[in-house]
Amino acid sequence: MGSYLIRRLAQIVPTLFFVSVLIFGLQQLLPGDPAMILAGEERDPTVIAYLHQKLHLDEPLPVRYLYWVGGVLKGDLGDSQRIQKPVLDLVAEKLPVTIELAALAIVIALAIGVTAGVVSAVFRDTVWDYAANVFALWGLSTPNFWLGIMLILLFSVTLGWLPASGYVSPFEDLKANLAAMILPAFVLGNAIAAVLMRHTRSAMLQVLSSDYVRTARAKGLDEHVVVLKHALRNALTPVITLGALEFGTLLSGAVLTEQVFTIPGFGKLIVDAVFNRDYAVVQGVVLCTATAYITLNLLADLAYFLVNPRLRDSVR
Amino acid sequence: MTSATANIGALPREISPGRRAMRRLARRRGAMVGLGVVVFFALLALLAPQLAPFDPLATSWSAVRKAPSAAHWFGTDEIGRDVLSRVIFGARASLLAGVVSVSIALAFGVPIGLAAGYVGGWIDGLISRMTDAMLACPFLILAIALAAFLGPSLTNAMIAIGISATPIFVRLTRAAVLQVKVEDYVEAARAVGNSHLRIALRHILPNAVPPLIVQATLAIAAAVIAEAALSFLGLGQQPPAPSWGSMLNTAKNYIDNAPWMAVWPGLSIFLLVLSFNLLGDGLRDAFDPKSR
Repeated sequence: MGSYLIRRLAQIVPTLFFVSVLIFGLQQLLPGDPAMILAGEERDPTVIAYLHQKLHLDEPLPVRYLYWVGGVLKGDLGDSQRIQKPVLDLVAEKLPVTIELAALAIVIALAIGVTAGVVSAVFRDTVWDYAANVFALWGLSTPNFWLGIMLILLFSVTLGWLPASGYVSPFEDLKANLAAMILPAFVLGNAIAAVLMRHTRSAMLQVLSSDYVRTARAKGLDEHVVVLKHALRNALTPVITLGALEFGTLLSGAVLTEQVFTIPGFGKLIVDAVFNRDYAVVQGVVLCTATAYITLNLLADLAYFLVNPRLRDSVR
Repeated sequence: MTSATANIGALPREISPGRRAMRRLARRRGAMVGLGVVVFFALLALLAPQLAPFDPLATSWSAVRKAPSAAHWFGTDEIGRDVLSRVIFGARASLLAGVVSVSIALAFGVPIGLAAGYVGGWIDGLISRMTDAMLACPFLILAIALAAFLGPSLTNAMIAIGISATPIFVRLTRAAVLQVKVEDYVEAARAVGNSHLRIALRHILPNAVPPLIVQATLAIAAAVIAEAALSFLGLGQQPPAPSWGSMLNTAKNYIDNAPWMAVWPGLSIFLLVLSFNLLGDGLRDAFDPKSR
């Protein structure tokens, strides 16, 4: 386990290096002097001079990169030009909202996706299988910002059951919080449910044709026990590890969902930053997202390694 | 001898793998429906000036937010523009973004993946780590960041989506090359003195084409959604030019009194993306029947 972990961690270092180069490189896409653009519309010469000094814009590019990455390693992602706050503080402030949204979305995605996948595999080539596949295609093809608008039209405007937008902290009012989050969480979970359904279906089909499931059936076990205890338990391992890779879809979806439902989270932070030309925030958000994705990928790999005895034995 | 020759002559002509795949594709109803809808939208985009009943930019203060009627089948928007005409012209932005951005991704991704897989060594290591780094940034977030730094426009959105989609094609080409480059016929091509470039382009690359076609079709679906998403956020097609994403952005502000403004552009995105997904799934099954 130790050697596997060290090898896996060693692979991350160059990836993180290139992520930092990519994100630092974004700034080079700005036409002309970055300080002029970062200084905003007033273009105050004092601010421009300050930015030149702070961002080391008079130094060669590799030196500027080293200054920038040195700051990042110390937790300095720069300051928001608009709010005059450290980017890291802003990210830490908005992240809990998105984490709550993402967690609810994952619960919904697992409930719908895994159930649909199991039903589809168990009743292969029946109308249930067909319906589950149609659901997966629907989930993969529906733009979530449109689905959000349509659900607002149905549940908020027409039926008046749920609020159309806004956010209430769960510590203030849990009921109001859930009422505000259920629609966005469903919208976000929908596309992931479709992916999970496809993974579950193929994993279940593989497991259901294996020898130990045949043995379980031959022993005369109830079909429910065979499917849920013997087959699903084993099929879920690859589903969960593959599901972890959907983190990117989740965050990309969160950007749009938060915009539709006016939720003040991570996604809204990057969109607002884009429109206010708050480039340090854009860079900071992309960096945090990529780092989180790499970490989650590592954890998924380790989880897969831990639960898969054949993989463990191959490393020994 | 003569009868043997006659027998050989009577054998059915061997069908190429590509043609066999196309025949399998033609038997898949979903894929054919998908292809039909894609062709329909392509025609809509090409013939937009002839098909649209109104000028998509023409405003009419006497027809603000009118519900669907005989005059305006899909209704009108907040400044009296005909929604049907804007949906028809919007197909141009979506299809253009889908095709151009995937072409950018192919143009960069295939040669880079080919170099990584064929040359190997430190070049492969370097390219693979760079690809990992790009894949670590979620597709839409990277596209948003690129579009933000490049500036909001349809062209920049297409560049941003194309660059964000490139690493998938690098990986796919590299994997196909690694699989093929150890085959006997590649060794034979090398033994008879073919140059590296000729081996890579004539003997190895054609084997990567089927998975690339499948991925390109599915990537167009993703690019259409990404363009709509960027335009929805205000980073793609700029007003007043019609785009399904920007139409939805405006429509969300009038959802309580003009829901038709949101229904049609969203439905169009859904149908076009669904069709590319159906076609992509069909192509995958046709090229690799075992994957079903």
